[in-house]
Amino acid sequence: MVEYAGFEMPVQYAGILKEHDAVRKRAGLFDLSHMGQFVLTGDLVAPWSDELAINAVATMKPMQARYNIFCNDAGGAHDDTIFYRLDSRWLLVVNAANAEKMWAHLNAHLPASGVVLENRHGRNALIAIQGPRSVEYLQPHVDVDLAAMRYYFSAEGRVQGVPAVIARTGYTGEDGFELFVDGSHASRVWNALLNDPAAEGLEPCGLGARDVLRLEAGMPLYGHELTETITPVQAGQTWALKLNKPNFIGKAALEAQLARDEYSRVVGIVMDGRAPAREGYRVTFEGRDAGEVRSGSLAPSVENKNVATALVAKAAATPGTRLGVEIRGTVHEATVVPLPFYKRSQ
Amino acid sequence: MAVPEDLLYSKEHEWVRLDGHSATIGVTDYAQHALGDIVYVELPRVGTKIEQFGNVGVIESVKAVSDLFTPMSGEVVAINDGLENDPAAVNREPYGAGWLLKLRLSKPDERNNLLGPSEYDKIASE
Repeated sequence: MVEYAGFEMPVQYAGILKEHDAVRKRAGLFDLSHMGQFVLTGDLVAPWSDELAINAVATMKPMQARYNIFCNDAGGAHDDTIFYRLDSRWLLVVNAANAEKMWAHLNAHLPASGVVLENRHGRNALIAIQGPRSVEYLQPHVDVDLAAMRYYFSAEGRVQGVPAVIARTGYTGEDGFELFVDGSHASRVWNALLNDPAAEGLEPCGLGARDVLRLEAGMPLYGHELTETITPVQAGQTWALKLNKPNFIGKAALEAQLARDEYSRVVGIVMDGRAPAREGYRVTFEGRDAGEVRSGSLAPSVENKNVATALVAKAAATPGTRLGVEIRGTVHEATVVPLPFYKRSQ
Repeated sequence: MAVPEDLLYSKEHEWVRLDGHSATIGVTDYAQHALGDIVYVELPRVGTKIEQFGNVGVIESVKAVSDLFTPMSGEVVAINDGLENDPAAVNREPYGAGWLLKLRLSKPDERNNLLGPSEYDKIASE
């Protein structure tokens, strides 16, 4: 167990590699109740959000979910989040470590009317089931047709008889669902799913497996690939940047950064050898310092190689480029590859 | 956790198997369990002279990098090459196939600074 953003969290249950394997081959269960959950209501939620975050909110369809990033004026990331458009309200899921900062940020920009915020951090639970057998394992416990639900959409229904937002979202690179329920029902839902004898090989998964899974899937983790100084453009999240929106915080800075095209950027690298690259290790290109590792791990789904993300100079960022990673005084060879490292087959 | 009776131990969770003026060194069952899935072990070169309780390498699990210390002084006469391709041997057999290195001891009396099995078990299980 480790302390993480004020919550006692397991790094692992049966072991990171075993848990990782369950998610890629069957399914894993994650307790993500540490994530911040804000409920947004009012007629102006969508236009107001569109002035704060870089991706489009107003164009979201009913029950759709969408990744979004809140930036500072310089284009750096305050947080990366998911918006869920529900029946008569919106759910905004923020990173646990950023929940207080984001609550203050939203309140600082709150209009006089039209937007009401409710902070459910620590009161709502979030349980995720992730993996190719998620539909099969979850369906008996819910009253919505999971197979009919599209990826990045949600439904308001019941799990184990208790009210829930059931969303086909996740952070592992696999199919799966996230279940938002009141905290008082969390252990009931968790135990029912985990102890279902039909859910063969469903493993409880900790923070360790989650980090390996998201890294393989090329998904940024706040504090690593995205920070107050690493912008969404640098992090390769330009797909989420909607420059056709009239105005939002950070727009001018991000536009200028894209136009100049001289920024350092986050790339995927694969190590030649067995030594893992770790956060903070220096990266060299043609014998000179070119940046640093931001995340790194052994990647069971990438031929069991050591993979990493690194923030490197533009000249060192093209796939195929040979880089060095300095590990305890020795330079170890690596190659830049396109992200993601892993993509599920169907 | 297994704590074999015929070995000596350090507070840093290494074990020593003495054989005259030679010793085989590894990490304990407690250590491998606490570390989790081991993915990489970096050991000193054969011929390196090392000092008791000094840092001699690293052992890495999926999430963490931990320093390796030697429980005794001496010259490294062998390292476990098999760990290069199978670091998980440390998890499976910490007292067998997962051994780390063999030393020619320069100060055999240092054994007096080490812990016996019951003493180590008490410290490790706290």
